[in-house]
Amino acid sequence: MSSIGTGYDLSVTTFSPDGRVFQIEYAAKAVDNSGTVIGIKCRDGIVMGVEKLIASKMMLPGSNRRIHSVHRHSGMAVAGLAADGRQIVARAKSEATNYESVYGEAIPVKELAERVASYVHLCTLYWWLRPFGCGVILGGYDRDGPQLYMIEPSGISYRYFGAAIGKGKQAAKTEIEKLKLSEMTCREGVIEVAKIIYKVHDEAKDKAFELEMSWVCDESKRLHQKVPDELLEEAKSAARTALEEMDAD
Amino acid sequence: MDLKAPHSMGTTIIGVTYNGGVVLGADSRTSTGMYIANRASDKITQLTDNVYICRSGSAANSQIVSDHVRYFLHQHTIQLGQPATVKVAANLVRLISYNNKNMLETGLIVGGWDKYEGGKIYAIPLGGTIIKQPFAIGGSGSGYLYGFFDQAWKEKMTKDEAEQLVVKAVSLAMARDGASGGVVRTVIINSDGVIGNFYPGDGLPLWHEELESHNSLLDILNASGPEPMNI
Repeated sequence: MSSIGTGYDLSVTTFSPDGRVFQIEYAAKAVDNSGTVIGIKCRDGIVMGVEKLIASKMMLPGSNRRIHSVHRHSGMAVAGLAADGRQIVARAKSEATNYESVYGEAIPVKELAERVASYVHLCTLYWWLRPFGCGVILGGYDRDGPQLYMIEPSGISYRYFGAAIGKGKQAAKTEIEKLKLSEMTCREGVIEVAKIIYKVHDEAKDKAFELEMSWVCDESKRLHQKVPDELLEEAKSAARTALEEMDAD
Repeated sequence: MDLKAPHSMGTTIIGVTYNGGVVLGADSRTSTGMYIANRASDKITQLTDNVYICRSGSAANSQIVSDHVRYFLHQHTIQLGQPATVKVAANLVRLISYNNKNMLETGLIVGGWDKYEGGKIYAIPLGGTIIKQPFAIGGSGSGYLYGFFDQAWKEKMTKDEAEQLVVKAVSLAMARDGASGGVVRTVIINSDGVIGNFYPGDGLPLWHEELESHNSLLDILNASGPEPMNI
């Protein structure tokens, strides 16, 4: 733990003498403790992947969905407190359908990101609310092309080529920076994301994990959907092979 | 003469897409019953830099709807950080027209140009339906133009062909519809911007059985006109 709040960390409406709001920083720690979530923007779309740490062997594979479709053209991958994440996704879905019923067209991804960020920020302004304990990677494909946004518990939202949150975010970011994203198609991107998640997964500290991936690209007709099963299997085996090659050194 | 009757724009309004943009056209008569309250009105109103609306029916209703949409579009443009699309403008008009259908009596045509879809025309008639069309006609004078457009309309016209078509159509409707008249105004919207044109009533061609207008009675006396009636 970095620093103790010593009295300035009891409420989200209190600043510390050095200008920090500790409650928001603590919320960010909740996100850092969760499984890694990655998003990349390829030439023709977005790919998102989640390292789902399996809490119990009794859980059915495929349950505990971490990536949700918000609208036809966009989806969100959530890291952190799952219940908080559900709220954010619900709000995003509601904003998207409301926009469409007023303006008659699908909500631009930029507008959606701003609305979600506003909502997350809202919960950092009042002492009777607590900040959301989750970070969100929002990927969508609208008439301005594919776009990737990340929204943090503080309410900050930026647009990215590649983003990572959760336990292995530092290592993941380093890996993403090595990729030539502007030349990559989403098919290739799916393989790369799987490789990165397998690589940053810490075998010692965490036991098993399940890989969940989604994409929205030209190949998926600009609809946000789960990566098709055969491609997912191909990605997983490519990732395992890459890991073995590394370990073999 | 009932001067307290609500101002109604009998009207002929037209919106036409061409290869590169749209041309909007309208007559200029606003009537209060039988009295022409304004013989040079401008029925083509600006909503944003790139989207205009043709108004027909009740003058007050159509103005208020335009004002509301302009206000919402302005906010939307600021939020979005770029010009609004024609589709969004048309949908906002539709929202107000549909939700207040019991109180409003106005038929509208929204036309403009945006960088995603190019030139587009949307018709929003009385009930609040929205319908995207390659061309649209509205107002009391439009009844006389359905057959004309069936024959004269063609796809991918040039800008000049489209404007000539609009001016001819409005002038034909003005010749037959008592509630339309005055001058013809057109607005051309494309990627280069907006150009408004004005065609005075006496410059328009004369159609079947229309008489030439004269400035002075003396001209009629001097001209060799039709034979006096034989009773």
